[in-house]
Amino acid sequence: MTQKLVVVGAGMASGRMLEHLFEADPGAFDVTLFGAEPRGNYNRIMLSPVLAGEKTYEEIVTHDADWYAANNVDCRFGETVTRIDRKAKLIVSGDRETPYDKLVVATGSAPFIIPVAGRDLPGVMAFRDLDDVNAMVAVAGKPNARAVVIGGGLLGLEAAAALRSRGMEVVVLHLMGHLMERQLDPAAGYLLQKELEGRGIKIHCKAQTKAVLGDSHAEAVLLEDGTIYPADIVVMAVGIRPETRIAVDAGLYVERGIVVNDQMVSSDPDILAIGECVEHENICYGLVAPLYDMAKVAARTLVKQDAAFRPVETATQLKVTGVNLYSAGDFADGDDREEIVLRDASAGIYKRLVLKENRILGAVLYGETADGSWFFDMLKKGIDVAEMRDTLIFGQAYQGGGQLDPMAAVAALPDDAEICGCNGVCKGKIVGTITEKGLTTLDAVRAHTKASNSCGTCTGLVEQLMRLTLGDTYNPAAVQPMCGCTELGHDDVRRLIKAKGLKTIPAVMQELEWKTSCGCAKCRPALNYYLVADWPDEYADDYQSRFVNERVHANIQKDGTYSVVPRMWGGVTSSKELRAIADVVDKFNIPTVKVTGGQRIDMLGIQKEDLPAVWADLGKAGFVSGHAYAKGLRTVKTCVGSDWCRFGTQDSTGLGIRIEKFMWGSWTPAKVKMAVSGCPRNCAEATCKDVGVICVDSGFEIHFAGAAGLDIKGTEVLGLVRSEDEALEHIVALVQMYREQGRYLERIYKWAKRVGIEEVRRQIMEDADKRKAYFDRFVFSQKFAQVDPWSERVSGKDKHEFKPMAELGFPQAAE
Amino acid sequence: MSDWIEIGKLDDIPQRGARCVNTPIGRIAVFRTATDDVYAIEDRCPHRGGPLSQGIVHGAEVTCPLHNWVFSLETGLAQGADEGAVRTFALKRDGSRIFMDATMMLAIAAE
Repeated sequence: MTQKLVVVGAGMASGRMLEHLFEADPGAFDVTLFGAEPRGNYNRIMLSPVLAGEKTYEEIVTHDADWYAANNVDCRFGETVTRIDRKAKLIVSGDRETPYDKLVVATGSAPFIIPVAGRDLPGVMAFRDLDDVNAMVAVAGKPNARAVVIGGGLLGLEAAAALRSRGMEVVVLHLMGHLMERQLDPAAGYLLQKELEGRGIKIHCKAQTKAVLGDSHAEAVLLEDGTIYPADIVVMAVGIRPETRIAVDAGLYVERGIVVNDQMVSSDPDILAIGECVEHENICYGLVAPLYDMAKVAARTLVKQDAAFRPVETATQLKVTGVNLYSAGDFADGDDREEIVLRDASAGIYKRLVLKENRILGAVLYGETADGSWFFDMLKKGIDVAEMRDTLIFGQAYQGGGQLDPMAAVAALPDDAEICGCNGVCKGKIVGTITEKGLTTLDAVRAHTKASNSCGTCTGLVEQLMRLTLGDTYNPAAVQPMCGCTELGHDDVRRLIKAKGLKTIPAVMQELEWKTSCGCAKCRPALNYYLVADWPDEYADDYQSRFVNERVHANIQKDGTYSVVPRMWGGVTSSKELRAIADVVDKFNIPTVKVTGGQRIDMLGIQKEDLPAVWADLGKAGFVSGHAYAKGLRTVKTCVGSDWCRFGTQDSTGLGIRIEKFMWGSWTPAKVKMAVSGCPRNCAEATCKDVGVICVDSGFEIHFAGAAGLDIKGTEVLGLVRSEDEALEHIVALVQMYREQGRYLERIYKWAKRVGIEEVRRQIMEDADKRKAYFDRFVFSQKFAQVDPWSERVSGKDKHEFKPMAELGFPQAAE
Repeated sequence: MSDWIEIGKLDDIPQRGARCVNTPIGRIAVFRTATDDVYAIEDRCPHRGGPLSQGIVHGAEVTCPLHNWVFSLETGLAQGADEGAVRTFALKRDGSRIFMDATMMLAIAAE
């Protein structure tokens, strides 16, 4: 007698299984097929092109009514299965009962809807089936319609790109730091983000959704940080979970998915399960290739042939027209692993292979994916690539050939890219002049174009342009690279960040062709500073690229404890402040209290866990961070000046406090220490500081570029100004010039020597426009910098820094 | 035999960052890389005892905050010209949950 086969779920896995089954033994079963949707099987992974309007529903149907009729399938589409009765071996759907001999559960997955307020409002939808697509298309047709897509994974981005191509304004909210973090490393995620942004899609990473707002319909999405994005529809594409409800109710063994063996049989020998609803060896699958493998195995099991499902490596491709992206295997870093990275900034190409013992473990390709399947093939086969290692990354077609061009980044710059910021000279001008005048030396180029003639920061770039134009006949002086991750020196990197408008660390590493995927402890803090300094309003400070002192806003000591120095403006304090410090010292048993050379009080030996509580108490007394740990403004030391001193000529204390209140919180290439002395007797020791002021009867003599550390050096005189206001403007402009030109960790005296004392004087003392522009840029950046880091952390920012993740005892059971 | 103890969730640790776990044998640093791999090593640099959990994380390596020694998170070996090693502890992940193998801890305590 023909056996009865019931299939619950009419999706891609079961469709494929039925094909195999009818092929193997067309008469073996009478088949009844239940589907939740009121239609038969279609190619679900092609929903994105349907949403984008590139395909129609009809084009993606895989099994039509004729096919089901020809194979004698009893179709129950749109009929909901309510229960499996395993004892009686029948399926209950409403009032109807359908008996089975063998049952296949292929219920697929359900979209995960994040549990926020407003999630049930009309207009909030998933991106899972044709009904979702139709609902989105209906809204997209309205003028100025806006969509917020929650989830920057494969599905969310496909939806976003499709909706954008239909003319909607689209915002993608993504919880993680970069897009598609499960498939892509940060560098490829950056490229993808840039591409999508270029299409007019707004991407917001690290976005934590708080609520969907609206009365009767979704109107906007609110984030935890207070950002609000208006929306006509909200698409939730944060993930899927196996749809296992009827299996759980039936008492089958279910973990995350319905647990099956290699034959796709569940804990009940007459019930099989396939597709996204199953779990095999602790893995749930969501990509189509393994699901098709399951379908094949299940069909063979049903007709009693041998077959076994084995976990498979899967590769991913994003189906967004015009975006080439491929990832496969395991691309995590590891010590026994090596990586080969190819970055071609001009062509927008990024390729990364992860190798272990000369075998490919993982591959991420962006921009050019033609070799994806070749790499994937070698990955699956575990082919030893030692022989072709040197040329492997260039792909299958590559047969020997030239070396990578170290000057590609400069060559790729457009002609109007500004090379010399001081004199406003662009690349086209420099290259044109070299050719026209037959210039062969740097000095000649400087004389004719003025490029690299002022601060000299762009010298490396100018030399690279000369090399590009003149070929090997020009040999520039060697530039010291920033670190092992790049051939570029600090100055080149700084110029290119500005010229190319690079605003994130992954952007810098990609566009400037970094040789490592994640940088190192040398380049990351430097890049972070350059980006903070150059894009104060746009750059999001990367705390993980800061040295621990700047991350926890205290100074690490040799035993791992910290020291805390509150700010005492101009070195002036009061009984209230001193009492508060004394109380904190007693309360937290702080072992050492020390007066510093910068006229502050240092509390040493504080446990990291105590820092927030220490700051909370200091904050109540009005203290803010003294930034004693920062590559930034540390202290302005003063003498008592005309207030008390019989020799004082000006209010040096007042000026020092004013400077400090104006400049605190600013980040600089290296620490900046200042002092203001009220007369030439110089009790505040202003003439060995980074910036110093000596007050005289006729005004204020501004000094800079002193040193009293590794090197000892008296200051240089910048010039004499009449009023306090002028003194402040000149000092601020000088520090801003240093902020824009200094190399990371280069103190002012070293920067000034490199740039030339005369040049600094010329720009700050003689060029009023330049001085004003520097001053204004400093003032602008301070808008984002003058936030007390201590009070931020007392209110809960970076809580994780100060608490252990777990406290473990010995396990009881292990005895 | 392994004895897995849950120590927290992946999201408890910032990417390219670390957290500490206090144990009877001392502090253990748990790292999360840019690619979401997790590693655990003893939170004490063999050079001068620096807390490695406070260092900058790059790739599968960390740089000690005190004197810039670099350690592999995977093998615990000092990189470059420096010689030394820290103990490593096995971790496993189940979804977002992170577990540490306690047998190593017991073995050290028994030393």
